[in-house]
Amino acid sequence: MDELIKSLEAPENPNIPELRPGDSVKVHALIVEGDRERVQIFPGTVIRIKRGGNNASFTVRRIASHGIGVERTFLLRSPRVEKVEVLRHAHVRRAKLYFLRGRTGRKAQLKEKR
Amino acid sequence: MIKGIIGKKIGMTQVFDENGAAVPVTVIQAGPCWVTQVKTPGSDGYSAIQMGYEEIAPEITDEVERSRKVERRLSKPERGHLALLESSDKHPNRKQLANPVPPLRILREFRVDRVDGVETGTIVTVDVFSTGDLVDVVGISKGKGFAGTIKRHGFRRQPKTHGQSDRERAPGSIGSTSTPGRVKKGMRMAGRMGGERVTSQNLEVVVVDSERNLLAVKGSVPGAKGGVVTVRPAVKQASMR
Repeated sequence: MDELIKSLEAPENPNIPELRPGDSVKVHALIVEGDRERVQIFPGTVIRIKRGGNNASFTVRRIASHGIGVERTFLLRSPRVEKVEVLRHAHVRRAKLYFLRGRTGRKAQLKEKR
Repeated sequence: MIKGIIGKKIGMTQVFDENGAAVPVTVIQAGPCWVTQVKTPGSDGYSAIQMGYEEIAPEITDEVERSRKVERRLSKPERGHLALLESSDKHPNRKQLANPVPPLRILREFRVDRVDGVETGTIVTVDVFSTGDLVDVVGISKGKGFAGTIKRHGFRRQPKTHGQSDRERAPGSIGSTSTPGRVKKGMRMAGRMGGERVTSQNLEVVVVDSERNLLAVKGSVPGAKGGVVTVRPAVKQASMR
């Protein structure tokens, strides 16, 4: 049964490398403005990865101006995600980095993985 | 032209449309189905096509083993209806279909306006539908057991506070006092819920995969995974959105 559902799923995006929680990334997302399409870059930290075929998603958190936290969830196989650049990996000990939501400034920095 | 098919609910997922938007879909393994009976106003008083789905034990190649399995799964009248019994001296005139059908587990009937040109034994596949069609999907809903009035009829719950106890999910008053001295017929009360025939109307066909006999319709479909569903053209065609 599962194989039948898998047969309908979209292929994996070759422009998205293997993501890990804590990665600093730049997401190139297609957005539709009226009848024009353009690429918007959303930089931030991956705080959650959810597996599951076509339903797989990841959430990127960034601190926008005035210290406002912004989170955006992207579908991993969506054609609207053009590509993802991984800038650096961080050393983290859990899969979901929700604890970052309560932190600001230097405390919200993650150590780079050596 | 037959438009209708029997299938099994596989489960839900989401697919991406041409704009890249995620569309929730239910995947149905549908067909191939065989026409097992054609009903006409002359023979039955109305027009309908009976179709069968799911061949019994197609994986068993041994003829004896296979017929043993078929005999366990189908009663003799059922086998006779599908023209699987061979004529003998004792029964010289066993039923014959225009084209032979395999032993089929599930039979369902589809009402049609006209049956002309349809022969028994015709194979029906998912190709009768195309993407964008609006369909109704009929299935047996999941059984909920003995359910209270809140779940079964959408009643509101009572207050949790203000000195209340044990009345949160109670139905409230069900009638008056000694006049009329009885509860009105049809009063909505607790009882068995689910496990009944439910139709989901006007679902859009999103994927037709004739290679794997798969159909994906937008939205949810009644019943559990693996449940038998029938798909037919939408009876109440909503004006195109």
